[in-house]
Amino acid sequence: MGWYAKPAAPAKIPSAKALWQTCPRCGAYVPRREWTDNLSICPRCNYHGRIGARDRVAMTADPGTFAETDRDVSFSDHLSFSDASGAYAEKAAATVQKTGETESILTGTAKLDGIPVALGVMDFAFFGGSLGTGTGERIARLCDRAIAERRPLVIFSASGGARMQEGILSLMQMAKTSAAVRRVKDAGLPYISVLTDPTYGGVSASFAMLGDLNLTEPKSLIGFAGRRVIENTIRQKLPPDFQTGEYLLDHGFIDSIVERRDMKAFIAKMLRYFGF
Amino acid sequence: MAKNTPAKAPARAPKAKDAMETVKTARDPARPHLRDYIRLVCDDFTELHGDRLAKDDRALVCGFATIGKRKVLVAGHNKGATVEENMECNFGMANPDGYRKAMRAMALAEKFHVPVVTFVDTPGAYPGREAEERGQAEAIAKAIETMSALKTPVVTVITGEGGSGGALAIAVGDRILMLENAVYSVISPEGCAGILWRDGAKAPEAAAALKITAHDLKALGAVDAIVPEPPGGAQKDHAAAAAAVKKAVLAALKELDGVDPESLPAARYAKFRRMGGFSA
Repeated sequence: MGWYAKPAAPAKIPSAKALWQTCPRCGAYVPRREWTDNLSICPRCNYHGRIGARDRVAMTADPGTFAETDRDVSFSDHLSFSDASGAYAEKAAATVQKTGETESILTGTAKLDGIPVALGVMDFAFFGGSLGTGTGERIARLCDRAIAERRPLVIFSASGGARMQEGILSLMQMAKTSAAVRRVKDAGLPYISVLTDPTYGGVSASFAMLGDLNLTEPKSLIGFAGRRVIENTIRQKLPPDFQTGEYLLDHGFIDSIVERRDMKAFIAKMLRYFGF
Repeated sequence: MAKNTPAKAPARAPKAKDAMETVKTARDPARPHLRDYIRLVCDDFTELHGDRLAKDDRALVCGFATIGKRKVLVAGHNKGATVEENMECNFGMANPDGYRKAMRAMALAEKFHVPVVTFVDTPGAYPGREAEERGQAEAIAKAIETMSALKTPVVTVITGEGGSGGALAIAVGDRILMLENAVYSVISPEGCAGILWRDGAKAPEAAAALKITAHDLKALGAVDAIVPEPPGGAQKDHAAAAAAVKKAVLAALKELDGVDPESLPAARYAKFRRMGGFSA
């Protein structure tokens, strides 16, 4: 025992962040509980907020049908990469600890409204959903499984792009995953890509844009280069709706913008048009 | 258990200065540009223009050529040698139209069983408003996908700067060659330093950490062969550099002779599938 009595810790007042969610699009303050009960959709502007991969799977797969695969396929520190804030290997290990996930995409088989599918869901909380070698390998294996078991492929993307800490091998995952989804399509199977907020860089410029159908949710941001990079290049302000899913639909790159509550039914309906 | 045997880059102390020196050499405006390689490597060249959709992007040049009696399709980034050329071809930063032109030309080459030779030298795909509106991401994705499925041999040469997705869009080759002083990276050292060091001036540190030199990339399995440059670098002797490129390209094409074109996409996929060190 110490020589003085430690004062009891004052009762914790929950932080504002724990109680309120600020909508990143319209700035509305929404009680956290209301936000999550509403599937992380802003009740004021209908922005479809970011959600974790497990929550997305729960919204997409029929209850109890998701069987995760390749959980042991994880990140690798090919370059012994280290930057100003430390070593990649340590940061990646900490991310695994914090998130409970071992890569930026969750893959597996599931039934979607009774239809067997190969399902991949990216998680922005894992290293910004970046495309690492483990991510690419999981996608390649998911494509193998889709072909072997004649399952339609459904991938939800959410990513800042390639994982620069894995250097050139992360860039090469763009080629690997693009070729892998091409094989699925060549096998006569549908590939439905849902680009969720945000999908950028090496992910939008590879498998995410290659769906037989490219879908998104309201007010998602999708692009190749980031807004600031473009503004710095062209020295002009960009329109406020630049790179939103709605903007991409107007320019011809998105088949449909689907509300989160309707997404599963929409995918199932499309798969039925395709004969599944 | 997934067998992951990452191909480690040579573990040595980062030599920040060395890597950045290579970056500077790779960007040296005195190095041979696409037009120089076409003039010095090809016996003849017939350029084809336009993507049949909207534009002719001068940042990406395509045309049929003869290299040492072999008919090939050449597609490459063009940075330009003079200020006027730089402006006209946007310093080699292609728009979606450029990648769509390349896809169209490659499909034509495939139709007539003509091998494809690509020359990569770009800071990256152009980050502009119109580029986004016309689908820069889709164009790059589609170019990568199209190349992965080509039923004709593809040889890629990284001659200068291999800038991320804009480079990869024409670099999905059966054989990937890289000049000794070229660089190839997922992000520019300046861009990486700005994000991870929060200071663009730390580019030399980022350049070393990213492992972007030919020797590093060969050790990582991302390139197949290094093309030696004349003493002092390709910028000192265009003719010698071009002769080395010609020799390497012809050797790579010869290796691919007699391979059933139908089997090429699967072999190419297997090659890229291995990158990252997993064995299924």
